[in-house]
Parts: sequence; structure tokens; C-alpha cells
Amino acid sequence: MENIEQRVKKIVAEQLGVNESEIKNESSFVDDLGADSLDTVELVMALEEEFECEIPDDEAEKITSVQQAIDYVSAHLKK
Amino acid sequence: MSRRRVVVTGLGAVSPVGNSVPEAWDNLLAGKSGIGPITRFDASAFSARIAGEVKGFDITGYLSAKEARRMDIFIHYGMAAGIQAIRDSGIEVTNANAHRIGINIGSGIGGLPMIEGTHHEFLAGGPRKISPFFIPSTIINMISGNLSIMYGMKGPNIAVVTACTTGLHAIGLSSRMIEYGDADVMVCGGAESTVTPLAVGGFASAKALSTRNDDPATASRPWDTGRDGFVLGEGAGVLVLEEYEHAVKRGARIYAELSGFGMSGDAYHMTAPDTDGPRRSMVNALKNAGINTDEVHYLNAHGTSTPLGDKNETEAIKLAFGIDDARKLVVNSTKSMTGHLLGGAGGLESVFTVLAVHHQVSPPTINIFEQDPECDLDYCANEARQMKIDVALKNNFGFGGTNGTLAFRRV
Repeated sequence: MENIEQRVKKIVAEQLGVNESEIKNESSFVDDLGADSLDTVELVMALEEEFECEIPDDEAEKITSVQQAIDYVSAHLKK
Repeated sequence: MSRRRVVVTGLGAVSPVGNSVPEAWDNLLAGKSGIGPITRFDASAFSARIAGEVKGFDITGYLSAKEARRMDIFIHYGMAAGIQAIRDSGIEVTNANAHRIGINIGSGIGGLPMIEGTHHEFLAGGPRKISPFFIPSTIINMISGNLSIMYGMKGPNIAVVTACTTGLHAIGLSSRMIEYGDADVMVCGGAESTVTPLAVGGFASAKALSTRNDDPATASRPWDTGRDGFVLGEGAGVLVLEEYEHAVKRGARIYAELSGFGMSGDAYHMTAPDTDGPRRSMVNALKNAGINTDEVHYLNAHGTSTPLGDKNETEAIKLAFGIDDARKLVVNSTKSMTGHLLGGAGGLESVFTVLAVHHQVSPPTINIFEQDPECDLDYCANEARQMKIDVALKNNFGFGGTNGTLAFRRV
């Protein structure tokens, strides 16, 4: 099974329509990957779907980069 | 000041008989039906299980996969037909002309597939499962919106919603905008995609649909004694309309002149047809065009294949034209091959009407095996016909009692 980092990057690539090779851990969704506010909402929904978790809105607002997404998922993933 | 003239300089189509204008036109002239069994969902529990679905269409030929995901199917069809029409017209959007180019592509129902799908997600997973793109992917003016963003067209940006007259009204009203001076170019028409359980179920419940499920290709049979309802179609048809001098100045190909537009309301019944409304719609279009009834050679009818509607339109044509001129007309229903595109019908059928004028040929009305004696006009049964067409009319009528007629003149 792919690790969390790979799975997160795959979802980011699909949702934002960018190549996985362009996605770095420090990439900001809005500043580096061209996301708008609706994109980021949908991205969080896709992460919830993939990792079968619920990300509360106040937590979701703090996830603005690939690394933050990886960190959140790693900390909250159900084993 | 003399009236500004409006001409057609671009055409685009996505339809059950082909996903480009040349392909659709060739299939129409050959009398090929685009109707088949419903494949979009399991229709086995429905009384009507056939439709004119768009086949082999790939939106990624027009938009990125990311953009496409945020638009329901009717927007895909409208965008594709719009892009085709804009390319066909050769119009270039510049800083100087952008604000003079507008868009008016409507839809009768809008994003029903995504509305149904999202409701399902909501019931299964709660409000957090509703996509932030749900609203912009389903609302009707988003073909006009997305197309304007793609091309930088900054003129009037609107969308008409008048049931099955949507596409026709969008074209007629766009021509008025050019005449009036609001724009020099309008990209206009209609799109629809509602091959879904609720749409098929709703029309079937109203007993509006053909149930000839065992023989889809002959199910849409306007003016035939065996007609038993319309067949749901989907797709889009878009025209580029342009002020005449503007088109001439840039050396554009002119397919036809849009010389008249008429509208009327039945004020009669939610769904049942009325004779006087359609009659007045045709009379108004002729009056607006300054055309006599004997100058019209071809009429692309609403012709849906419903028992009441086809007879009613025949009566209305006779009243509008007088018996003698009505009998000289060639009246044709391309819905016999495409099914009924609802809000897309007026767009697609206007493309066909313009091509009939341009190529001087009437497509056939297929599936007339035994013509209804109460429908006694020349419907160009079963074979295309080369003929002189100086002026062609295009009718559409919609639920609510909303009628529209366009007059296209040979240039």
C-alpha cells in the first residue's frame, strides 16, 4: 500500500489538475498549485473520503499546504 | 436609423446523431435515427426505456479534466457546441471588440444529473458531502459564464429558460440585442442533458413519452398514425449571430440572415398545446421579417411526435399560412431522428434550419409509415429533398404555453 505522503499527493494532483511531479511537500495549495477557495474545500472532502476521517471546518482551514495535509492525516488516521 | 441586420456566421452541435455539425448533418440527410435504449441508468422499471443519447462524446477534447468535473453534462454539451461555433465563425476576440461580443446559451432544466447525484450523496453522508461546486456546476447560466471566461467575451452574458422553446428564444433575443446595438456578435443557443431517472420518470408520468421500447429507431414518428409520444434527446446547438456589416467587413462566411423573430404565449394550459399561440408566433415572425407566406418554402417544425402536438402544429400552420400556402410548404421534423432535446431543441434545430437554407435541401422526416389523415401537409416523408428555400421558419413550443418562431433568409 502507498504511504500517506504518496496518497495525499495523488489526491492533490487529481483535485487541482496538476502533475504529481510538480507537487512538493512545501507546496501551498493556493500560492503554488493554483487552487481557489472552492478547490480547497473540495480537496479536504477528497482527503476525508480517501482516509475515511472527518476534518472539522476549523481544522480544515489550517490545512493550506501539502505537508500540513500529510501531518493532519498522519495524526488522525484510524489504523 | 435603419434596422441593423443580423446574419449567422458560425454553427456548432453536439447531438444524438453526431458530435459535430458535418457529422450530424450527414446523418440527418441519410435519415439515420439517433434513438436507442437508455444506457445512462438502469431504466428497467420505467415505462419509457429509450432515448436519443449523445454517444462517444469526450469533453476533454474541449476542456481540462479538472474544469470538466465542475460542470454538469449540459454545460459540457453547451461549451463544446459553443466552442465549435466560435471556431467555425473565425471570430477573434480582441481588447477592442471583447465588450461587443455576448453569450446567451440557455437550458430548459439544467444540471439534473448532478442534482440527483448530490442528493443521493447527501442522504448517504449528510451535508458535508455536498460539493462546493454543486451550485456552479448545475445552474443554467453557467454555459454562458464559463464560455465567456474561456474566451474573454465581455458583452451581454445571460441565459434564457423557457422549457422547450429555450434555445429558440435565446437565438431570437440575441438577434434583438444585435439589432438594438447591445452587441455586434452573440454566441447563442441551447443545451440539455437530462437522461436521468427523475426526468424520464417525470415525463413518463405525464404520459408524454413514447413507450415503443422494442423498436427505438422508429419510436419518434411525427405525423404518423402510430405516434405515441416524444423520445427524450440530449445535446446542444449553438449559432454565432453577427451584425451584417461587421461580418462583411471581416470577410466572414454568411450561412443565412436571421430576418425575423416572433413570440407568443398561449395563456391556456400548463402542458397541453393551443392552436392560437403557435399561429400568432409564426405570424409575428413573418411580420417582423417583412415576409409574405408564399416566400417561405421550408418549415422546421416543433414536431415532437405526440398525438396532440403534431396535429395542433399542423392546424396552427394552416391558420398562419392559409390552406393554399400551407400545402406548398415543406414541413419537416428533425426530431424524428434526434428525439426531443428540450431546451437544446431550438439550438440544434436552428443549426439544421440554417443548413437547410445554406444547402437548399430539406432533411427527411423519418418513420412516416402511415401518415395521419388529420396531419395533411407535405412533411418530406422519409427521403431528403433538394429544393429551393428562400426563407425557412423554425418553430418551438414549450410547457407553460411559450412559443417562438425564427425566420432565416437565404443570403
